Amino acid sequence: MDVESLLARESFIELGARSRTRKLLDPGSFRELIDPFARLTSPWLARQGIVTQADDGVVVGKGLIDGQPAVVLGIEGAYQGGSMGEVSAAKIAGSLELAAEDNRAGIPTRAVILFETGGVRLQEANLGLAAIAEIHAAIVDLRRYQPVIGITAGPVGCYGGMSIAAGLCSYLIATREARLGLNGPAVIEQEAGIAEFDSRDRPFIWSLTGGEQRYRSGLVDAYLEDDVAAIRAQMLAFFRQRPPDCARSQKISGFQRRIAEIDAGSQVEPQQVRDIYSKGFAA
Amino acid sequence: MENLQFEFPAAAPASGRAIAGVVASGDLEVLLEPADAALTTVSIATSVSGMRPVWAAQLARIFGDGQLPAARLQINDFGATPGVVRMRIAQAYEDLAPAQPERNGNGR
Repeated sequence: MDVESLLARESFIELGARSRTRKLLDPGSFRELIDPFARLTSPWLARQGIVTQADDGVVVGKGLIDGQPAVVLGIEGAYQGGSMGEVSAAKIAGSLELAAEDNRAGIPTRAVILFETGGVRLQEANLGLAAIAEIHAAIVDLRRYQPVIGITAGPVGCYGGMSIAAGLCSYLIATREARLGLNGPAVIEQEAGIAEFDSRDRPFIWSLTGGEQRYRSGLVDAYLEDDVAAIRAQMLAFFRQRPPDCARSQKISGFQRRIAEIDAGSQVEPQQVRDIYSKGFAA
Repeated sequence: MENLQFEFPAAAPASGRAIAGVVASGDLEVLLEPADAALTTVSIATSVSGMRPVWAAQLARIFGDGQLPAARLQINDFGATPGVVRMRIAQAYEDLAPAQPERNGNGR
């Protein structure tokens, strides 16, 4: 990429959740539900001496995509690591449930989720976990009617229960900066030892869980530059094509077959993962 | 965590509401809403305790002359430096957009 196109490019990663949400909706159609002035904040953080954010880190943007009703759910990764608390996760789950109800009532509302999250907010424990389970159920419900598109751009990435939510989406978009995994690097190191996983080795982490690796392994559907226009264009392309007949998360026997090919006796190299997973997950 | 309240003289009511910033490390969130009287109130929740004199001094620099529109400000602070405090408050006043509340960005 030359200097000029680099300067002309508008970074998606540098935008906050509210700006990202607005950029994905058709120009002028953004309307925020339960906005910061509604002051629906976490009831649990303040009593643990933690400053709350007025939107609890989730932006619910209602509007149009391609002229069709849409809701974009933007997670703010800079606030508490984009963690899912009772309120923030309920905003996402409730929005997805309403979108599914819209579809049952003949309104073709579609949804986009911006995954920038470490997963559950530890300070809210089971309440966050329960709400994440509701997000999972709502994605599976809604994707029967409309594609649900997940985008993980970085820098936080997508971890924990929310990585499962990302896996349930009809389509998943990632950039090179993004990481996608069930456990974060520090957790893996703590559980498996530094010989297995060195959480300070950034190239190693990205080689196994980065956006490019996840794309080459068939776990992400589009791998893009950090560019607002490119990300929006890909989102539109996915919405315009027919939803997949079979969601990735339904290809269970296909995944089992690939996992059976992995030799757990030795450290798996990123290229081996690509070689095995790129065969696909057809049953 | 500490909660602080301040009051300053102000001009006519602000023309709308605005939000700036994120409760991220070294940053803060400002929620700005119009106030009726010629009085601006600043309500702060900060993660750093014991900094009241610094807040008082920095806010006096911003609001002391009473020239800014009257507003109710809520600040949720996660260790922002005085320079960032000043920038985010300025950003909120700049973003005032009564007709299009959806324009209110967090500036990132």
